[in-house]
Amino acid sequence: MALNIQHTDPSKLTRDDFTSNQETRWCPGCGDYSILAQMKKVLPDLGVPKENIVIVSGIGCSSRFPYYVDAFGIHSIHGRAPAIASGIKLANPELKVFVMTGDGDGLSIGGNHFIHLCRRNIDITVVLFNNEIYGLTKGQYSPTSLKGQVTKSSPYGTIENPFNPIRMALASGATFVARSIDREAKHLVEILRRAAEHKGVSFVEVYQNCVIFNDGAFSELTDPKTKKDHVVYLEDGKPMIFGQNNDKALDWKCNSYEIRDLNKNSNTDDLLIHDESSGHAAAEFALASLHEIPGMPTPIGVFRDDKSEETYEEGLINQMHEVTEKKGKGTLEQLLYSGKTYTIE
Amino acid sequence: MSEKQTKELERVTIRFAGDSGDGMQLTGSQFTDTTALAGNDLITLPDYPAEIRAPAGTLYGVSGFQIQFSSHPVHTPGDEPDVLVAMNPAALKVNLKILRDNGIIIVNTDSFTERNLKLAGYETNPLEDDSLKGYQVFPVKITTLTREALKDSPLKLKDKDRSKNFFALGITYWLFTRSMDATLDWIKTKFKKHPEVVEANITALNAGYNFAHSTEIFATHYRISKAKKRPGTYRNVTGNEATAIGFIAAAMRADKELFLGSYPITPASDILHELSKYRNYGVKTFQAEDEIAGIGSALGASYAGDVAITTTSGPGIALKSEFMGLAVMTELPLVIVNVQRGGPSTGLPTKTEQADLLQVLYGRNGEAPIPVIAADSPADCFRAAYEAVQVAFKYTTPVVMLSDGYIANGAEPWYLPKIEDLPEIEIEYATNPENYSPYSRDPKTLARHIAIPGTPGMEHRIGGLEKDDSGNVSYDPDNHDRMIRLRAEKVQKVNDFVKQPQIDGPEKGDLLIVSWGSTYGAVFNAIEEIREKGKNTVSWIHLRWINPLPKTLGKYIHNFKKVLVPEINMGQLLRVIRAEYLVDAQGFNKVRGLPLNTHDIVDAIESQLKG
Repeated sequence: MALNIQHTDPSKLTRDDFTSNQETRWCPGCGDYSILAQMKKVLPDLGVPKENIVIVSGIGCSSRFPYYVDAFGIHSIHGRAPAIASGIKLANPELKVFVMTGDGDGLSIGGNHFIHLCRRNIDITVVLFNNEIYGLTKGQYSPTSLKGQVTKSSPYGTIENPFNPIRMALASGATFVARSIDREAKHLVEILRRAAEHKGVSFVEVYQNCVIFNDGAFSELTDPKTKKDHVVYLEDGKPMIFGQNNDKALDWKCNSYEIRDLNKNSNTDDLLIHDESSGHAAAEFALASLHEIPGMPTPIGVFRDDKSEETYEEGLINQMHEVTEKKGKGTLEQLLYSGKTYTIE
Repeated sequence: MSEKQTKELERVTIRFAGDSGDGMQLTGSQFTDTTALAGNDLITLPDYPAEIRAPAGTLYGVSGFQIQFSSHPVHTPGDEPDVLVAMNPAALKVNLKILRDNGIIIVNTDSFTERNLKLAGYETNPLEDDSLKGYQVFPVKITTLTREALKDSPLKLKDKDRSKNFFALGITYWLFTRSMDATLDWIKTKFKKHPEVVEANITALNAGYNFAHSTEIFATHYRISKAKKRPGTYRNVTGNEATAIGFIAAAMRADKELFLGSYPITPASDILHELSKYRNYGVKTFQAEDEIAGIGSALGASYAGDVAITTTSGPGIALKSEFMGLAVMTELPLVIVNVQRGGPSTGLPTKTEQADLLQVLYGRNGEAPIPVIAADSPADCFRAAYEAVQVAFKYTTPVVMLSDGYIANGAEPWYLPKIEDLPEIEIEYATNPENYSPYSRDPKTLARHIAIPGTPGMEHRIGGLEKDDSGNVSYDPDNHDRMIRLRAEKVQKVNDFVKQPQIDGPEKGDLLIVSWGSTYGAVFNAIEEIREKGKNTVSWIHLRWINPLPKTLGKYIHNFKKVLVPEINMGQLLRVIRAEYLVDAQGFNKVRGLPLNTHDIVDAIESQLKG
C-alpha cells in the first residue's frame, strides 16, 4: 500500500548517499566491486527517492550486495529473492525493486522463481553476477560452468551442459534482456541504467570474474589484445560490426548468423541492423546462442527491449479498480453479512 | 394416497453417498444450506476421494457428505448416520458399517445392476438377501423416475441422468419437511446460462419431493424444530470460507491491504479461491509458482507493509520451512495457514488429520519458535484467522494457524459478529529516523520496530544472518545466545495478550482431558455424555494457542490423577505435554483420516476412570 508521506527529493542524490556504513568484504580484485560501483552511479540518477529503493538478494557472494548500499534491503535465503521481490513490488508498486543474484542462486536453486518472474513481467530489475562457479561454497561447478570444466566437485571435468542465461530470460518472456562485463565500466553503467529505467522485468547478465575460483573465465572478452575479435557490441539501429579493425560484421543468412569479412566486401548497407524491439524470435535466439558456436563473437549489450507489455502490477491494479467499479468498494458490513444470512430471534 | 404421519425429532444425521461424479457434495451442501435456513444447528463432514472422477461404481470412488442437524446444539457431524442415501451398491457397501442399527437406507435400485454389484464386491444383491435386515430400506428407482419426469426435456439421456441427485434431494426435503425455495433459487442462478438444465434440475427436485409425498413407501416424515440458538444473524459457512473472511476482516480493521501468496493444494485451495473473489476489498491474491514462492512473496509483501498470509497443507509446510525460519529471523508479521490433511508424504489429501503439530512447532533448522493457534470448528476459523493477524503484528512474528480437512470443508452456522465488536488492529511502523535501529524493541512485547520501504530516512538492511540489536550482522557467541532467548521469550509473551483457556469442570479431580483443534466438538459431546452418566470428576481444557501453552496448564495438569489427550495423530500434543510438565499423560489416538467419534472418546475416558 502506498504511503501517504512526503518523500525526499531524488534530484539531490549522489553516489555517496548510497554508501552504507558496512565494510565491503568481497575478495580483493573481485568483479563484484565494479558492479557495486556502477550501481552506485545509476541509483542517484533514477529520479527515485532513496527510501523507495529496495535491494533483495539470496545467498552467495553477489547476495552480500544489499549490505553495501544504503537503501532498503533484504539478504534473504538461497534462490528466493525473486519471490520476495515480487511480494514487495505488489505490496507497494511505487518502490523500485532490484534483485541481485548469481549463477548458482538465480539459475540453480532459484531457477524456478527466475523464469516465473520473467514471464509475469513484474517491474523488477534482476542483475545476475555470472562467474560460472560457486564462490561462497568455495569452488564447485555452477549451472553456467562450461562442460568439461574442472572444479572442486568435478575433478575430472563437469559432464553437464551449461545454461545460457540470456536464452533462458528471452524464452521465459523477460521484456528487457541484456549482457555486460564487470571490466567494461562504461558499458555496464549504461546497461544497468537502461535496465533500471525499464518498466517490466529487466534482466542483466554481468560476466563477473571470480579471482579465486575461476580467474580469467572471461579474459578473452576483456583482454585488450583479444577482446575486439571476441566481443560484438549490440547497438540498437546499427549493424553488428566488430574485429581488430572493425573489419567483421554479423550477417543474417538462412536463419543464422555468419561473419562477413569487410575487407573482402566492404558494403555494410545490406547488413542486418540490430533491433532490440523486433520481437523476432529466431534472430533473438540466434544472437543469444552466438558465442556457443566456435569462432563466433560474444554479443554484449541489449538483446531485447520490449516496452509494449503491461506489467503484472498494472494488471493487478487495473483489475482491482475494475472490480471495485463494478461491485463497489467492499465494506466490513458487506463482507460479513452477505451470502445467505438468517436471523434467530 | 395414504395418510402420512409427521414425527418430531430432536437430532438427525444423514449421509449422502454415491459415485464421485454423482454430485453428492453438491446435494449435501444444498441440504445443508436449506437446513441452516430452517434454523437448525448443524455440522457437516464432506468425505470424498482424491480422484476427481474415479471410475464409476468402484468402492474407492465413493463420495460421501454427512450432516448432523438438530433443534439442540450440534458439535459434530455425528458418529453414526440415521439415514443413508446410497446412489449405488459401492456407496451402500462403504457406508453400511457406520449406519446405526435400524437406520433408514434410501437406495437407487436402478444402479444395482450385475456390473455395479460386482464392482462393489457383492456376490449377491444385498437388496434381495438378508444383509440389510435390521435396517429400514426404502428402495426407489431414482434413475427411472428421473428419466420419466424429464421425458419432455430436450436434454440427452446422459445429461438427464445427471439430475438424479436432485430427485434424491427432493425425497430428503419431503422426508424432513423442508422448504425447497433456497435450492430452487440456487439452481436458477447456478445454471442460468443453460435454461434447459435449470428446467431439468427443478423438475427432478420437484418430482423427488412429490414422489416421496405420494408413494406408499414413505409413511412418515419428520420435523426438527428450530434450534434455540443465541439470537442474532447467522450464515452457514465452511472453515475455509471463514478463514478467508477472517483475514479480510483483520486487514480491513487494520486499514491495510491483504496479500495472499499461495500455491494450490488440497484441502487449502478454497481459501485461495475465496480470497481471489475479493479484489474490491483491497485483496491481492498471488498464485505463486510453488509453495516456496507462496510464502516468499507473502514475506516480501509483509516487509513492504501489507497484511500478508500464505495458505497450504502439510506437504507445503515442508517446503515453506526455510522461509518460516527467515520470517522468525527477520521478525516480520506473517500468518501461515496449515489446513492439515492425512500424511505422511502425499498421504490422504482429502482426509483430515492432526499430525502436523510437531512439524509446525519444531520443523525448522535452528531454534525457530513460532506461535501456533488452532481453530476448533468451521466458524471458529474466522476468529482464529483474525486473532492470528493480531498476534503477528503485535509481536512482529510469523504465526501458524492450524485448521484441518474436516473443519476446512465442513460447515456450520456462524453467529455473525457485530462490526463494532471486532477488535481494533493497530499497526504502527517506525517513522522517526533519529537513532533508528531495526532490532530495537518494544520493552513490553519485545516486538521489533519495523520500518517499511518508502519511509524517508529509515533505510536499513535485514536478512537471515544473525545480527545484534543494531541490525548489523554479528557472529558474537554471546549475542547469538541472547538473540535466541529473546526470540523465544517474545513468543511466550503472546500469553500476555491472548485469552487463557478456561477449565471446564472442577479444578481438581480424577481425570483432565486436554485437546486442541477440530476434536473440540467430539470431546464436548463426550464430556457431556460422561457427566450425564454422573461422573463429575472429569474436567477438560481445550487449547487454542499451542505455542505458547497456557500459563495455567501446568497447575491444572498436576491437580488431576490422570491426564488424557485425544488426538487424530500418534500423540503429538501428548509428547509436548509429557515433556513440558513431566506428567504420565496418556493419549487416545485414532488416525483414520476422519474426525474422532464421540463414543470412542467416551470409552477412552471410562477406561481411564476404571484403570
